[in-house]
Amino acid sequence: MIQFQGVSKIFRSKNKEVRAVENVTLNVNKGEIYGVIGFSGAGKSTLLRLVNLLEKPTEGKVVVGDRDLTALSARELRQLRRRIGMIFQTFNLFNSRTVYGNVAYPLRLARTPRARIRERVTELLRFVGLEDKADQYPEQLSGGQKQRVGIARALATSPDILICDEATSALDPETTGEILKLLKKVNEEYGITILLITHEMHVIRSICDRVAVMENGAVIEEGPVFDIFAHPKKQTTRSFISSVQNDKLSPKLLALLKQHHSGRLYRVVFKGGTTGEPVLSRAAKKYDIDFSIIYGSINELQGQLFGSLIVEFAGEDSEIARVVEELERTVEIWEVIDHES
Amino acid sequence: MKVDWSTFWVRLVEATGQTLTMVFFTLIFSSVLGLIIGLLLFVTRRGNILENRFVFFVLNLAINIIRPIPFIIFLVTISPFTRLVIGTTIGTWAAIFPMTIVASFVVARVVENNLVSIDPGIIEAAKAMGAGPFQIIFGVLIPEALGPLILGLTFMTVGLIDFSAMAGTVGGGGLGDLSMTYGYQRFDGSVMLVTIVILVLLVQIAQFIGNAASRKFLRR
Repeated sequence: MIQFQGVSKIFRSKNKEVRAVENVTLNVNKGEIYGVIGFSGAGKSTLLRLVNLLEKPTEGKVVVGDRDLTALSARELRQLRRRIGMIFQTFNLFNSRTVYGNVAYPLRLARTPRARIRERVTELLRFVGLEDKADQYPEQLSGGQKQRVGIARALATSPDILICDEATSALDPETTGEILKLLKKVNEEYGITILLITHEMHVIRSICDRVAVMENGAVIEEGPVFDIFAHPKKQTTRSFISSVQNDKLSPKLLALLKQHHSGRLYRVVFKGGTTGEPVLSRAAKKYDIDFSIIYGSINELQGQLFGSLIVEFAGEDSEIARVVEELERTVEIWEVIDHES
Repeated sequence: MKVDWSTFWVRLVEATGQTLTMVFFTLIFSSVLGLIIGLLLFVTRRGNILENRFVFFVLNLAINIIRPIPFIIFLVTISPFTRLVIGTTIGTWAAIFPMTIVASFVVARVVENNLVSIDPGIIEAAKAMGAGPFQIIFGVLIPEALGPLILGLTFMTVGLIDFSAMAGTVGGGGLGDLSMTYGYQRFDGSVMLVTIVILVLLVQIAQFIGNAASRKFLRR
């Protein structure tokens, strides 16, 4: 649906050159939610703007649908932009227009008949749950409501693609959850392909199918979200993942755990299928040991469970060794030596 | 010699009419011209929707040349040009011409300043929806800036009342002229006082209308 083929974007000013996007090749499939994550300045915002040519690529090609954007005339480009909805971190609503007027604006640009506009706007406001706010102005709305208007406005011309520029970064956690749910609904009910950029890994974890990690303008890692979470290769990726996994041990935390638990500590990592099975208790029954889960978390990730736990085993060393050996067949397990473990 | 108010009030009404004529028509003409110049100035800025260095440079220079010249000097300087366009350098219409030129550039700056303060993200959003430059100008820029723009125009209207008094001294008529010739040069305090009261009233009314109108459009 969206293809970046060796795309670079270089900003040149008098005495310096900023390589915002560096030789990126990516493929966003039809109907998926694709997330690009990176710290600020990684180039993800520029990358997103290449999709509707708000920024022109310096090198390479951007293909949307089957059309090479750089080959379009100004008029064709404006037509194509109606097939690509965009939402923003700061919403960018028209303050001088009501909620209704905001959602109607792209339809007016497309010269939609008035009656059809009314129909479509009403439908969209119902979809985002703001049918009672039609006559209010943006200044009267909360952040979450503004983003709902932004989404309704972006969907007005029934686009095939929705691109989201840090759409939840200005919102509180609860509202973020609601907006993400709404985006998921947009993807499922309308079959709209979504490309989003964010610096928050939980956004990727909650709704994305695939993810690309960007650093210094380049994509350093890319793949299905589950695979990236399960087998991160780059340090930046790992630090994004640990930001949501809540499984890192600080020296202080480890000291505290050791103080209260005299047994041997192991880290047990579940990826996918094994999580549903009572592997720990089964092993504990089979051998003469006790176990207790003392720290960690299990999350759902694309319908699979994913977790990392710190487990205390109490018993004879020889028995523990057997348990570990048995567990190694189904999960990843290693002894916690220091806080890096 | 003091004026005889039983007959002089006619002159007063006439002068008020001249002042209102000058201010009103200058406001209309300069709003249109100033809006065009201001919009051009804004959209031709670096990085904007119709970036054009040459147009921006010329307009910017013109504004910076015209604005610092004291109005009374400007009035006299361009009088040959006024004669060419209006046919005379005396009278209300001959005053409206230079007033319009100066006011247009003031309006242009007011327009530009208000447009600059629009969040660029809003313009980007319109672009992303496939809006062309003219759709952005008329559908986004002007509506978004309208509230503060009306306040800016109101501010300028008050300035125009001031300009009209000066224009009067070179044959434009109006309240300024009346208070100069009868009040100042003939030492009649009553004429001075009455014209001042009328001018203050006009300013108050203009400000009241401007505030009310901008409140209707101000959405922040």
